[in-house]
Amino acid sequence: MLTAWLLTRYRFPGRPLLNALVHLPLVLPPVVTGWLLLIIFGIRGPIGSVLHEWFGIRLAFTTAGASLAAGVMTFPVMVRAVRLSLEAADLGLEQAARTLGAGRLDRLFTITLPLASPGILVGGIVAYATCLGEFGAIITFAANIPGQTQTLPLAIYTALQLPGGEATAAKLSLVSLMLALVGLLVSEWIGKRLNAALGR
Amino acid sequence: MSLAIRLRHDFPSIRMDMAFETPTPGVTVLFGPSGAGKSTIIIAAAGLLRPDECRVAVDGQVLADTAAGIWLPPEKRRVGLVFQDARLFPHMSVATNLRFGMRRAARGTIRFDEVVELLGIGGLLARRPHTLSGGERQRVAIGRALLAQPHLLLMDEPLASLDAGRKAEILPYLTRLKTALRLPVIYVTHALDEVIQLADSMVLIEAGCVIGSGSLSDVASRAELPLAQRDDAGALLLCRVAEHDAARQLTRLEGGGASFLVPLLDAPLRSECRVRVPAREVILAGKPPDAISLHNIIPGTVRRIVPQAAQRSVLVEIALETSTLLARVTPDAIDRLQLSPGGPVLALIKSTSIEVLHT
Repeated sequence: MLTAWLLTRYRFPGRPLLNALVHLPLVLPPVVTGWLLLIIFGIRGPIGSVLHEWFGIRLAFTTAGASLAAGVMTFPVMVRAVRLSLEAADLGLEQAARTLGAGRLDRLFTITLPLASPGILVGGIVAYATCLGEFGAIITFAANIPGQTQTLPLAIYTALQLPGGEATAAKLSLVSLMLALVGLLVSEWIGKRLNAALGR
Repeated sequence: MSLAIRLRHDFPSIRMDMAFETPTPGVTVLFGPSGAGKSTIIIAAAGLLRPDECRVAVDGQVLADTAAGIWLPPEKRRVGLVFQDARLFPHMSVATNLRFGMRRAARGTIRFDEVVELLGIGGLLARRPHTLSGGERQRVAIGRALLAQPHLLLMDEPLASLDAGRKAEILPYLTRLKTALRLPVIYVTHALDEVIQLADSMVLIEAGCVIGSGSLSDVASRAELPLAQRDDAGALLLCRVAEHDAARQLTRLEGGGASFLVPLLDAPLRSECRVRVPAREVILAGKPPDAISLHNIIPGTVRRIVPQAAQRSVLVEIALETSTLLARVTPDAIDRLQLSPGGPVLALIKSTSIEVLHT
């Protein structure tokens, strides 16, 4: 959200670069993203080695690593959705809030974010769906360790590789379908309530 | 005490260079065609636009002075702004909207209950902005701006988006506010009825320049200024109810160094009212006529005679003791009466032609 706000409201040196970096995972093949993560956050990577030696944290091939990979992949989706709703926000209302004595952060939390909340919600749901389906970056960076880094698509893929695995795959696909459906319905419902509260 | 604004700003299409000073408290109306620079003054005074050069001072307090490097941001200025579109926060109730500025301001003299009462919005407090009518929204927006305890209230065509009925609904509230809260107000409009009801002072703006400013009656009665060029030109006087004559069904008003008889008014003695004398209703005479239904024969001095080609007529400024009347007559009438600046003249006004507005 902070990134989206920065990118929408401020012009600063390096803004195009930040913009490009944020959106990179959207265009790069996921496997490449995963491999880049491995290089940066692997035990011998520039950040990974520091984390490992100083804090004993290992990201590559762990659950935390899988989350990181999913996070990096969904970040641009989220930023895009939030940005769109911030750009659509009525600057007039922020001006009104200014004349009423509200400073920058005050306006962000009392006016801008509440009014952008439906967009942020949609961003969250799309991010959630992307997480559910994430495959390439996770298998490259965190591997496919059952119970640790195995996501649903990874499990389905694994099941399909085994003889007689279709039944398991079908069950897992059903779970995947249910999760996605529930997510969409809930987002629809909350979105409706939020919009009603905003008088739209 | 006074309010002084000076600003200079180069827009791609127009150069604005405006300055005026006006007494406080009171309502100063900025009047002029669209695009002339009225709204530029408003947003610069609020701090939302930073002109190339700008100085804003209210009662000796400097809010902006670019030459001295002073530029208070809008959130620190304590300048209330009412926009043409009410700009209420849609995700908050009316009460929360009203308290938005109040919660962020130091305790002031303008109280919540008082504002709610003055604006008649007590029944709306729990409602959401999108359920309000245009007039109700604008009243809430005015209340919200007032409760932020401003030193100066700016109103940018607050009634322009409303139809005549809604406008008539809000104007009385504004007149009440004006007398109840003694606050400097800058009010932008191009509707003459709002000017007549609300203005104490007036600043006429055209193409980025101030072409005239002063008290309402001064500005309205100067023949060279645009207000006098209008078909509905007329003098505006501040009067006091001097006497009721129930038997003759007449009321005598005093103001501007003259007295006027008008049809009986339902107003207390000594109460103030605004009076408009349309220029085209004023008859000029050299000596008093007899056997005439007319009640008002007012002696004055011709100050200026200004030809108005568009109306094929001339406008005569008639100086009274402390005010000015306007009369629109034909050039032929001037010749026949042999009127010239400095000479005496009688202004004849039907009592039913005088428009009385209560304030």
